[in-house]
Amino acid sequence: MAVTQLIGARVQRREDPRLITGHGRFMEDHTLPGLTHLAVVRSPHPHALILGIDTAAARALPGVLAVFTAADFHKVLSGSMPVTPSFAPEKKYVPERFPIADREVCFQGEPVAVVVANDRYLAADAADLVHVTYEPLPAVVDPEGAMNPGSPLVHTDGPDNIGWDMTYAGGDIDAAFSRAEVVVKERIIQQRLAPSAMETRGVMASYSPYSEDLTLWLSSQNPHFIRLFVSGAMGIPESRVRVVSPDVGGGFGSKISPYPEDYLVPAASKLLGRPVRWIETRTESVMTTIHGRGQVFTAEAAALRDGTLLGLRLTQVLDLGAYHGTFGAFQACACLMAGGVYRWEAISARTVGVLTNKVPTDPYRGAGRPEGTHLCERMVDRVADELGMDPAELRRKNFAREFPFVNNFGLTYDSGNYDGTLDRAMELSDYQGWRQRQASARDEGRLIGIGLSTWVEICGLGPSAATAGATGGIALVESAQIRFLPSGSVAAYVGTHAHGQGHDTTFSQLVAETLGVPLEAVDLRHGDTAEGPAFGYGTYGSRSLSVGGMALYTASQEILAKARKLAAHLLEASPDDLEFTAGAFTVRGNPQAKKTIQEVALASYGGNLPAGMEQGLEAVSHFDPPNFVWPFGAHVCVAEVDRETGAVEILSYTGVDDCGNVINPMIVEGQVQGGIAQSIAQALFEEVVYDGESGQLVTGTMLDYLVPTMNELPTPQLDRTVTPSPTNALGVKGIGEAGTIAASAAVINAVCDALRPLGIHHVDMPASPDRLWRLMQEAGR
Amino acid sequence: MGQTLRVTVNGEARSDEVEPRLLLVHYLRETCGLTGTHVGCDTSQCGACTVLLDGAAVKSCNMLALQADGAEITTIEGLAPEGGLHPLQTAFWENHGLQCGYCTPGFIMAAAALLAENHDPSDEEIGRGLEGNLCRCTGYVNIRKAVKAAAQAMREGAAAPIGG
Repeated sequence: MAVTQLIGARVQRREDPRLITGHGRFMEDHTLPGLTHLAVVRSPHPHALILGIDTAAARALPGVLAVFTAADFHKVLSGSMPVTPSFAPEKKYVPERFPIADREVCFQGEPVAVVVANDRYLAADAADLVHVTYEPLPAVVDPEGAMNPGSPLVHTDGPDNIGWDMTYAGGDIDAAFSRAEVVVKERIIQQRLAPSAMETRGVMASYSPYSEDLTLWLSSQNPHFIRLFVSGAMGIPESRVRVVSPDVGGGFGSKISPYPEDYLVPAASKLLGRPVRWIETRTESVMTTIHGRGQVFTAEAAALRDGTLLGLRLTQVLDLGAYHGTFGAFQACACLMAGGVYRWEAISARTVGVLTNKVPTDPYRGAGRPEGTHLCERMVDRVADELGMDPAELRRKNFAREFPFVNNFGLTYDSGNYDGTLDRAMELSDYQGWRQRQASARDEGRLIGIGLSTWVEICGLGPSAATAGATGGIALVESAQIRFLPSGSVAAYVGTHAHGQGHDTTFSQLVAETLGVPLEAVDLRHGDTAEGPAFGYGTYGSRSLSVGGMALYTASQEILAKARKLAAHLLEASPDDLEFTAGAFTVRGNPQAKKTIQEVALASYGGNLPAGMEQGLEAVSHFDPPNFVWPFGAHVCVAEVDRETGAVEILSYTGVDDCGNVINPMIVEGQVQGGIAQSIAQALFEEVVYDGESGQLVTGTMLDYLVPTMNELPTPQLDRTVTPSPTNALGVKGIGEAGTIAASAAVINAVCDALRPLGIHHVDMPASPDRLWRLMQEAGR
Repeated sequence: MGQTLRVTVNGEARSDEVEPRLLLVHYLRETCGLTGTHVGCDTSQCGACTVLLDGAAVKSCNMLALQADGAEITTIEGLAPEGGLHPLQTAFWENHGLQCGYCTPGFIMAAAALLAENHDPSDEEIGRGLEGNLCRCTGYVNIRKAVKAAAQAMREGAAAPIGG
């Protein structure tokens, strides 16, 4: 699709006027008459038996309305919280998970009771007065240790701690390694991360015993799935549950899966007969909102002396936490994407999901793809290092160049031009110039390194054939509904959910352009299950444009098809003789004979319709993509390590990405900038730390969990190439996770390149001053 | 037991009975109904709750409402006259300085205090001025750009800074 007036334009965001003036409507900005406030009593122990819960003092506090424990919730909730097959369909052990602990707590922060009071301060006071008697049990902290047969158990009634253990075989790995002239091995740690959306989670629920319906407001990326899960657990027909996810202050994957509070708050509303609201504190968030990553990889790569890559063998040990995340096994896609943009003869990838006494892990921005990319790009650099080849040259030698490209696991990359993005990134970053400056800096004893990351991702979830089984039944297609109202204004509904991505703007651009109406005529709505199509599939996995945008596009086409028939009727012409341009149908060869789309819309509500045509001009469409989409790019980081302190300074950062056609370049750049920032944050600063003995969370607040400020991050230079996706009519891919997938490898490759003269070949994340200083001290001995 | 708090909020003189332990941010959000000031953490790291107290940027989650007694408070809702935009608001909009928008009011208020003192801040000075604010979406690139653009617009007399 060519760049037209609206598609491809840097349209300022329609979301912004409310957000810059303080008139956004986030979760906590909603209230109800008679609202009560809920606080959660949480386990301070990572693993313990509950011997007793004394609620008397809490109940006695004036203003406290109720204290509920598991026994109360069993009256209104049933079943176990959902776990999807995702990329590990054959699970060995899935512990049951009720939203609140009954007999045994298995991670620090697990709910054991809730308090409801007239005031949030009182609720917090009362929560402190609930006295729980525990018998502490050994905490399982290290996932690798937890695999040992003699390890203490995460759940006392579990068979062991192994959630899954399966191997993806892509080609004859032994044959590939048998031809190896060089083999490199590495152990690569993906530390646990806290997604840290600036708005924490929150839930407000109002259950009406009179109409037996439930309205739930929550900060979610995924309101329809939450409706499905909560209605099931509470035994309320799905049609009588409404979920509203209003302005949402960031998600990054942490607001996809259902949480205990998503059930406990509506259940408390039902038990109490009052509206109830709970707002997560940041301390609760770091402790109980899902973590991302948390994986240990061991890998070996085989190659020929000329740099030809042969085989990659790896094991992913994935720290599941105390329960499987609903989409936790999605992170195993690190294995499927470990080959990156290269041709390998064979890849063998074992993934082991291991339970520990920690909060569950689940998809966090990129979800498996940053891990797969980091692993692949580190191993490729290790091979180049071993062979004394320039890492850019080694990459070029092995790039996939013929598309569609089928990788070792049968996944089909739709389109790509990996040389194109690498060429441009090297030019823009002055790669050769930096190599010269690096050499002279080394002569002065300075440690400067240059790191590459040539990445590809699988996104645009996804084709029904691949995704229906992965969720356990519901395909991750997308729905949209578009209506012309009689006045000619357009209401468009999507099942995706924007929480910073600017869909109100880009989707309106798309609809306005396709239907030929002014941008102002389009009202884009999402996030309320009471509106629009029956089901929406949410926003994650860089899917919204390539799947949701396409649903809007196909709904627009359906509307235009009907409008064309009606216009032809009104103009007394054949539909085939009409042209549609600039929002009007004209008869070919007779431009005076014209009906605007607005005139057609009004006529559609009237009485002069062709035989058999129903009134109205609206369409519902579900788009089932024929394949995933495969954005790609090349990033170059130049970093200097301070010999004295171990501090890393990023001297230059360049990203050249390709997400196919673009609706709004301003928004694409913003997504890339933010993604790079989150990935640099992983590379250099952030880590969720648990004490190895006690299992206590050490980085419990933003004092200790180091989300970077403006002063820690560079301003990247960005550019794009355009390789449209052949799998959808818009030629679009996705960009929400690109920066996060690309950057950590570029940064760590640069740090390792800087430290190479000291004989240091690998650095784990975060590459903190402390870690690097120790490595340099050890290397100097 | 409530105590009397007298403050001026966005130009309106108010007198309210408040609990001594009520945080200023909850006073603004719940008593005054000004929900543009957000809470993003509980250890005063994130700055989402930043407001102007007698012209200075303060984190309103980090002080009691009663500590503001007698003060003039400006929140994001009062930064520009009703229906208008402060140059910072315009600049954040024009430069895509926000994505989810949750941290944005805090950034704009902290930047307003910075620009009131420094009409032409360097990148470093902007970094120092906004070191108490966290954004998880933008990578800060366009926030820095927006603050510079606003400073320029204000120097060119597009509007008078508030609280300066």
